[in-house]
Amino acid sequence: MRKTVRKNIKRYKFFFILLIVSLALMVYDFKLGMNSFRLTGVNMLEMLSILPPVFILLGLLDVWVDKALMIKLTGKGSGIRGAVIAFLLGSLAAGPLYAAFPIAGVMLKKESKFSNVIIFIGAWSTTKVPMLMFEASSMGLKFMLLRFLLNLPVIVLIALITEKVLSQEEKQVIYENAERMS
Amino acid sequence: MTFTLTFYAVTAALLAISFFRDREKTKAALHKSWRSFENILPQFLSVLMLIGIMLSILSPEMISLLLGKGSGWYGVASASVIGSVTLIPGFIAFPLASALHKSGAGYTQIAAFISTLMMVGVITIPMEIKFFGRKNAVLRNSLAFIFAVTVAVIIGVVLE
Repeated sequence: MRKTVRKNIKRYKFFFILLIVSLALMVYDFKLGMNSFRLTGVNMLEMLSILPPVFILLGLLDVWVDKALMIKLTGKGSGIRGAVIAFLLGSLAAGPLYAAFPIAGVMLKKESKFSNVIIFIGAWSTTKVPMLMFEASSMGLKFMLLRFLLNLPVIVLIALITEKVLSQEEKQVIYENAERMS
Repeated sequence: MTFTLTFYAVTAALLAISFFRDREKTKAALHKSWRSFENILPQFLSVLMLIGIMLSILSPEMISLLLGKGSGWYGVASASVIGSVTLIPGFIAFPLASALHKSGAGYTQIAAFISTLMMVGVITIPMEIKFFGRKNAVLRNSLAFIFAVTVAVIIGVVLE
């Protein structure tokens, strides 16, 4: 019991430090500090509204899609089709980029190809469908389409470069880490 | 909003199908969902606090001032840095981008801001490291930064 408490204090250390910083901000400038708390609250509500389905899908993905199927779909040898599947998975998602990391973790655990996981992250960050629609309505269709088309090769390039730069051993460590985390 | 509702509906439908096909597996899935969430919760809360602190200092007015009309290359540079270090949800970022445009900011600055905002996450890097290790996280973010600026410059050339 004592051990878990201590472990949790350690896990939340950074959060407590930030809490103290926010309180200090409030002492320094009350309005600024209050505003910081208000923004944290607004953001928290926004994120909490989108996170439940993301994590439920993660759970379903983990139990229903076994390793063999994931390898067949996006693993080594899945070729362009695997990259397209990873891209669509990321684009059809919702939620902030960091919600993609745990799902990417499940993909790694089930031995998706490394570059495909990075494509998934890239698509999640840049080509999410609701974001594109929002972008078109606020910045115009031309701006959105141009940015979208330019970003397609960028997503692939980032995946190819990271796949090349990281050594086999470094990737192995990442895969083992994903295995351990779940 | 509609998309969020659709997303919920699809998730609920899949969950229902899963439940009818195999109760035990569904229970395991939900257990897994919770564990993954709890696992990332400390980083999640820290990120939210950081966003609050950052946005209260770097208000939309301040951002407009830095990226506004006639800010030139200096504006592109600040746009890229602000986009990289902040994490602003789309429902705030796009109206801000549109307001910036109306007040005279160039397409290059706006594209640099939006692209780095989406692709580069300096404050979420602790989370990324947790899953991908330090080297890959730093590499992916650096590449994303370089490409985001490149894309922004091209957009500026084409649209202006």
